[in-house]
Amino acid sequence: MHTGFDPDLVAVFILAAFLGFQLIKRVSTLLHSPLMSLTNAIAAVAVVGAIIILGEEPSTPLTKILGFIAVTAATVNLVSGFLITDRMLKMFKKGGSK
Amino acid sequence: MIIGNPIVEVAYLVAAVCFILSLMWMSHPSTSRRGVMAGELGMLLAIVGTLLLKEVVDYPLIAAALLLGAAIGAPLAYLMPMTAIPQRTAISHALGALAVGLIGVVEMIKLAGHGEGFSFESAALAFEMTLGFLTCTASVLAFAKLQELVTTRPMVFKGQQFVNLAVFVATIGCAVALALNPQSGALLIAFVALAALFGVMLVAPIGGADMPTVIALLNAYAGLAASAMGFALGNKLLIITGALDGASGFILAVIMCKAMNRSFANVMFGGFGQVIEGAAAGEAKPVRSASQEDAALMLENATSVVIVPGYGMAVAQAQHKVAELYQSLTSRGVDVRFAIHPVAGRMPGHMNVLLAEANIPYEKLIEMDEINGDLPTTDVALIIGANDVVNPAARDDPKSAIAGMPIIEADKARTVMVIKRSMNAGFAGIENELYHLDKTHMLFGDAKSFVGGVVKALSGGSGLH
Repeated sequence: MHTGFDPDLVAVFILAAFLGFQLIKRVSTLLHSPLMSLTNAIAAVAVVGAIIILGEEPSTPLTKILGFIAVTAATVNLVSGFLITDRMLKMFKKGGSK
Repeated sequence: MIIGNPIVEVAYLVAAVCFILSLMWMSHPSTSRRGVMAGELGMLLAIVGTLLLKEVVDYPLIAAALLLGAAIGAPLAYLMPMTAIPQRTAISHALGALAVGLIGVVEMIKLAGHGEGFSFESAALAFEMTLGFLTCTASVLAFAKLQELVTTRPMVFKGQQFVNLAVFVATIGCAVALALNPQSGALLIAFVALAALFGVMLVAPIGGADMPTVIALLNAYAGLAASAMGFALGNKLLIITGALDGASGFILAVIMCKAMNRSFANVMFGGFGQVIEGAAAGEAKPVRSASQEDAALMLENATSVVIVPGYGMAVAQAQHKVAELYQSLTSRGVDVRFAIHPVAGRMPGHMNVLLAEANIPYEKLIEMDEINGDLPTTDVALIIGANDVVNPAARDDPKSAIAGMPIIEADKARTVMVIKRSMNAGFAGIENELYHLDKTHMLFGDAKSFVGGVVKALSGGSGLH
């Protein structure tokens, strides 16, 4: 149960943050709105934590209720996030392609 | 906590790679839709992997929650008008942060159930819940402001900064106390309430024009909260994803701040955009106005036109009429381009999405730095619903409230046309010299109907030639 402090996780975080800065810097300013809805959808991966809470036993009614809300909220985000990002990106067309 | 199930480990690892590729492919419109697919695949892997964990047993309830979420999320994505993208983003920050916060609460309760005292986990959870709950309520208030359910002006009162500081210190104090003593249910409730209150206090003094920065910053907080949760649960996928999301939010927030020549601190605590009493109501300087027909004639006879859109275009829902104008002028051989200021609108990239929706090819949407060099040789700069981002005072008047903010130099064009409802000062309440230049024509009216009128005049006029 106890994870404790793991320096490896800090290394993972630092590397991922650096990678994130490098990747995001290269994103065209044209796409900053869809970028935000995409990162939003991806951040909804928190749903895995929520699924574990909702799915594990033993449980109490309180943890079930909170878990249910958390799974639902995160799913709303990931479904609407990916769909609306794609809807936005579909609109970005080059001049010739119309 | 994630015990070594190799299949799950691999699924999580591949999911993380998918998310990284997803962001990589977002760099350009031509690959960006592939990016969305990579993200979706990553998410699918993460969820399926989690369902394979042996401690996950209550499938019916999970399925119900997933279906309910999808049933709400899908219509939300398809029915949301593009002008409401900032609101949707705020709401999704709120939901994401709520999920993260609630997971933190349950994990904390579980820790307490094991009779644990202070541990690395309880500290990480306290940090996670602080960010989660404050981001949640801050985003709800940001949503209310964007939807204009509450005033978009900063809400300020005397001693606000002291009250905010007090709430902040109390929240942090509670978080520390809770991390030291996870057993206390009363402390948990007080802590959640304080963090939620702090979120409200944080966004209350921020005006509508600063929303792009705030939304980006809330994005970063939501990401950091997810990372903190990853630390508490020992889940690398969450740490990586949270770090990517956090980096994205911070970069966007920094871009927004630079585009206004302001610091984070100034945006968060500046109360920018308050109604300055007595100011701007002074002497009425002369302006020259023009009719729809005049505007049509000037545009038609131009070789090059640069359109500068602002939040007013979004409010008037004028983007489709603007696109008609673009088509009409382009078909007459006029070179029409759009100058996009980074903070035009209510979130990063807002104008680009609206114009793309109206079928403007994206290579005609030009960044501020790139187009400024071309403006002195541009015949007509047509400003639609933008104000502060074209105010020459930012460049010329060191005493101006927006001094040093980079602007689109519309005043350098040979002729300037401004579509505006009235002569009221802009959001920042700052007088705009641009309106009083000799070469400026004010086009008074609603952006949508005025542009529509110009388009009509253009098509009607062509028969007479």
